Amino acid sequence: MNHPTTTTTTLVEPDAFAITADLTQARLPRWAVLLVGVIALGVAGLVTLLTGWSPTGGLVLAVVLMVAGFPLWSMVVEGRRAAADRLATSLVWGAFVVVLVPLVWLIWMVVSHGVSAIDAEFLTYDMRNVVGAGGGIFHALWGTILVTLAATLISVPVGLFTAIYLVEYGRGKRLARVTTFLVDVMTGIPSIVAGLFALALFVLIFGPAIRVGFGGAVALSLLMIPTVVRSAEEMLRLVPGDLREASYALGIPKWRTIVKVVLPTALGGIITGVVLAISRVIGETAPLLVVAGATDSVNFNLFEGRMMTLPVYIFSQYSSPGVVPVGTEGDPPGYARAWGAALVLIVIVMVLNLVARLIGTYFAPKTERRR
Amino acid sequence: MIRTSFRRAVVPGIAVLALAVTGCSAANDDGDGGDGGGNATSSGLSGTLAGGGATSQESAQTAWRAGFQTANPDATITYDAVGSGTGRENFIGEAFSFAGSDSYLDDDEGELTAAKERCGGEDAIQVPAYVSAIAIVFNLPGVDAINLDAETLAQIFDGKVTTWDDPAIAALNEGAELPGTKITPVHRSDDSGTTENLTDYLSQAGDGAWSYDPDGVWPIKGGEAADGTSGMVSAVKGGEGTIGYADESQAGGLGLVSIRVGEEFVGPSAEGAATALAVSTPVEGRADVDMAMDIDRTTTESGAYPVLLASYLIACQHYADAAEADLVKGLLSYIVSEVGQQAAAEQAGAAPLDATLAERAAGIVDAISAE
Amino acid sequence: MSVTAPPPAPRAARAVVRPGDRIFAGIARAASLTIMLALAGVFVFLAIEGLPGLSAPENIYAPAEDFWSYVGPLVFGTILAAVVALVLAVPFSIGVALFISHYAPPRIAAPVAYVIDLLAAVPSVVFGLWGGLALASSIRPVTDWLYANLDFIPFFAGPPSVTGRSMLTAGIVLAIMVVPIVTALSREVFAQTPRLHEEAAMALGATRWETIRLAVFPYARSGVISAVMLGLGRALGETMAVAMVLSAAPVVTLNLISDTNPATIAQNIASNYKEATPDKQAVLIATGLVLFAVTFAVNFAARWVIARSERKVSR
Repeated sequence: MNHPTTTTTTLVEPDAFAITADLTQARLPRWAVLLVGVIALGVAGLVTLLTGWSPTGGLVLAVVLMVAGFPLWSMVVEGRRAAADRLATSLVWGAFVVVLVPLVWLIWMVVSHGVSAIDAEFLTYDMRNVVGAGGGIFHALWGTILVTLAATLISVPVGLFTAIYLVEYGRGKRLARVTTFLVDVMTGIPSIVAGLFALALFVLIFGPAIRVGFGGAVALSLLMIPTVVRSAEEMLRLVPGDLREASYALGIPKWRTIVKVVLPTALGGIITGVVLAISRVIGETAPLLVVAGATDSVNFNLFEGRMMTLPVYIFSQYSSPGVVPVGTEGDPPGYARAWGAALVLIVIVMVLNLVARLIGTYFAPKTERRR
Repeated sequence: MIRTSFRRAVVPGIAVLALAVTGCSAANDDGDGGDGGGNATSSGLSGTLAGGGATSQESAQTAWRAGFQTANPDATITYDAVGSGTGRENFIGEAFSFAGSDSYLDDDEGELTAAKERCGGEDAIQVPAYVSAIAIVFNLPGVDAINLDAETLAQIFDGKVTTWDDPAIAALNEGAELPGTKITPVHRSDDSGTTENLTDYLSQAGDGAWSYDPDGVWPIKGGEAADGTSGMVSAVKGGEGTIGYADESQAGGLGLVSIRVGEEFVGPSAEGAATALAVSTPVEGRADVDMAMDIDRTTTESGAYPVLLASYLIACQHYADAAEADLVKGLLSYIVSEVGQQAAAEQAGAAPLDATLAERAAGIVDAISAE
Repeated sequence: MSVTAPPPAPRAARAVVRPGDRIFAGIARAASLTIMLALAGVFVFLAIEGLPGLSAPENIYAPAEDFWSYVGPLVFGTILAAVVALVLAVPFSIGVALFISHYAPPRIAAPVAYVIDLLAAVPSVVFGLWGGLALASSIRPVTDWLYANLDFIPFFAGPPSVTGRSMLTAGIVLAIMVVPIVTALSREVFAQTPRLHEEAAMALGATRWETIRLAVFPYARSGVISAVMLGLGRALGETMAVAMVLSAAPVVTLNLISDTNPATIAQNIASNYKEATPDKQAVLIATGLVLFAVTFAVNFAARWVIARSERKVSR
């Protein structure tokens, strides 16, 4: 406390009002934020009008004025520490707003383009024998679900156990150090290289003509594992040592402690990590195109035959969108299908996310953890 | 205690499985019902045939696949648009039964010999299947069409002619009002058959104005670049004063350049491309089943449009497996047939092969058989 | 482990080793060996397929002459794109993570966290579409302004690209792809800060910002750096989105807004692999090997930085 804000009061007649008055400091009123906001907008609007800037430029100026002006006022009235706090608050809110702009823009673009493409036919038809408009994503939808599920089944056990090894068993051992490093390196595998590797592996085992959905799953799990390990490791590390010790003190074996105490405590974070990892790979295009191939027809067998997936579908619809029928204007029919498929993909992840959260809260022990 | 957690997980697991089982096939292909084929003249081929290669053929392959599968409901054809190089490699490596390639096999890297080995020592079949005009597109508000000759075009792409009102352009467009906008040439950043054919045209017909060798990779360092045909089209649309090149079928909404052939100016069209291909000379020293052709870019044939892409189908004369041989023969015969070429023309904007070429191609693929 | 101060070592548990323990530890060890094996597999694959690419015929490397002059600009471009993306993304990610964990009222925080998570799942193709169709054309006024007013800075030396497909655009797209990853992990770490630490700080009269600086950041440092590294991984390896947005050329330039931008390794592989001949494919795979090495180096550097900063800030 290097900043003297309190004044010593002489303890003669304890006057309640006087003490409060002395101990508190001048504060900005609650409506100060609004006032600064309005002023910033006004000034920016005026400048925009006078200099003929674009509305976007004016908006940027308004935000800058707001973020700079509010702490300045606070500095004058409330002092340095409070001003720093106000500045941090403004910046955090500012960051939130700025990030929201492209995100909302992107989602709006996908929704507005995609929603018109989606109907019952789009969801239940595949592309077999479809030329021109029409057709759907049924085959790609199931392909994505199956391939991603398989990738998750491979990478979550491997990733989670690796994280457990790193945190619970391997501390200080060379294997753990090497593994941590390798996991970092793994995050840098370009997706197409993962695909080429999986292809090389399957070709080695099954012959050159092999193109199976499972190969795609292997490629995706290569990309997923580092994310799973990294997030799970962080979450396990954050489990307080006291919990483990309490469990050991009760004579519970280490592995039971891990399964019953450590994992449940970290479950929320681990699930977030896994969902994040799924999200990271569910939209991968290049590796799936290489290993799982592309097809127009439905295939439920992960271990035989080509399998279409949504990202590959989106990419192929975008890169060869078909031809605009003669005499009509507008975009080729593939674009609408690409946007529709993108929207469906996002909705799938949304549902996945929601389910993961529900599971997370369902399984997680009641803690004082903040959400 | 563990059991309870498992039980909780089992229920959603079963639900997912149940969903998977009920969703057994797409609504538009009830398969054996045979409701799709009104004309029951199907040759009744069945099985799965895998091919792949050039991305340029993807739209056309979709049309051919649809036509062929409708006639043969039990057959499934796949075409992986992995690119010509990968397509040729996969054909040689026996991963694909047939391949699509934007450039014919040659022995620069021993591919022709390798393909011969793959086909049991017999020469590989190469027939032109997909012929398409490459449109030179530009985006200049208020101008829909301009005339250029190869020399000026080369100078534009080489950055020597930098404004749209340059005297060289004005001389070719008497009476047209051209703005002084800066010209921004856009090229493909990926390795592509389209680029190779354009640079081949510029170097053959450009009268020395184009000093680079024909190549799939744009030879000039720097400048505006875009990935794929779709990327090219959106880049040209996205800027003012841009000029680029794209498959004619995807050039909708952009200004088109008519190029000088002999004394007239010819706009991009399927017929023009077919005419130009018809007057081209076969590559010397090739087997009878090999229809590799060097396109004569300097042709003065009336109505010919020499900026075209001819994409080949590569296959073997004999296959070890009878079913595979029948499918390849069936598909390729359909593709080079009048019906097949017409389907590609309607659905992919391709130029139908002219009668002489089509007849020769049909003769070659008809001879495909089992060993 | 230098990343996080380890929880107190539970030595007491070593006294009795049960078979269950041995099996469990075995599985855990096997999992990390699997990773090693997988990575070794990828490495061996890259090496076998890529080594011929180091000494391919000269014309394969056109317009460069040999492998190293071919890959040099690509490495530069890869790092430049990743740096631009991280510079843009990290402050915002941490801001949003703090917003979710400490600033926003819970009723807003939960949906915001949800939407941000969702964004991690938007396929890179869609980011590419958005970047190429929407962002590139909207960014023109910004690049024009930067060129007009700040062209003395090498980053904005211009002249600005007329289509807006510049390194800046690619960097923004990458940044938006990185934000959800960094945000999601950081906010989990922030939320795990022990309550007592925060309450102690507040009880001493610290403002909210001081609480975060004194209690939350030190606790979360390694986690946040981990998150940034994950984001970096994505930025370095991102393929399709960059390919669809960036107007790439084999050059080295710091200029972020012109139409001539250095290509990135992953984008270059994706763009050229399709039509490549076997020799060229070997070259491209060899560049993949180089990307691997770059990631290695970057990780190494990051670890060193973390180790140093942890030594300085004793906790």
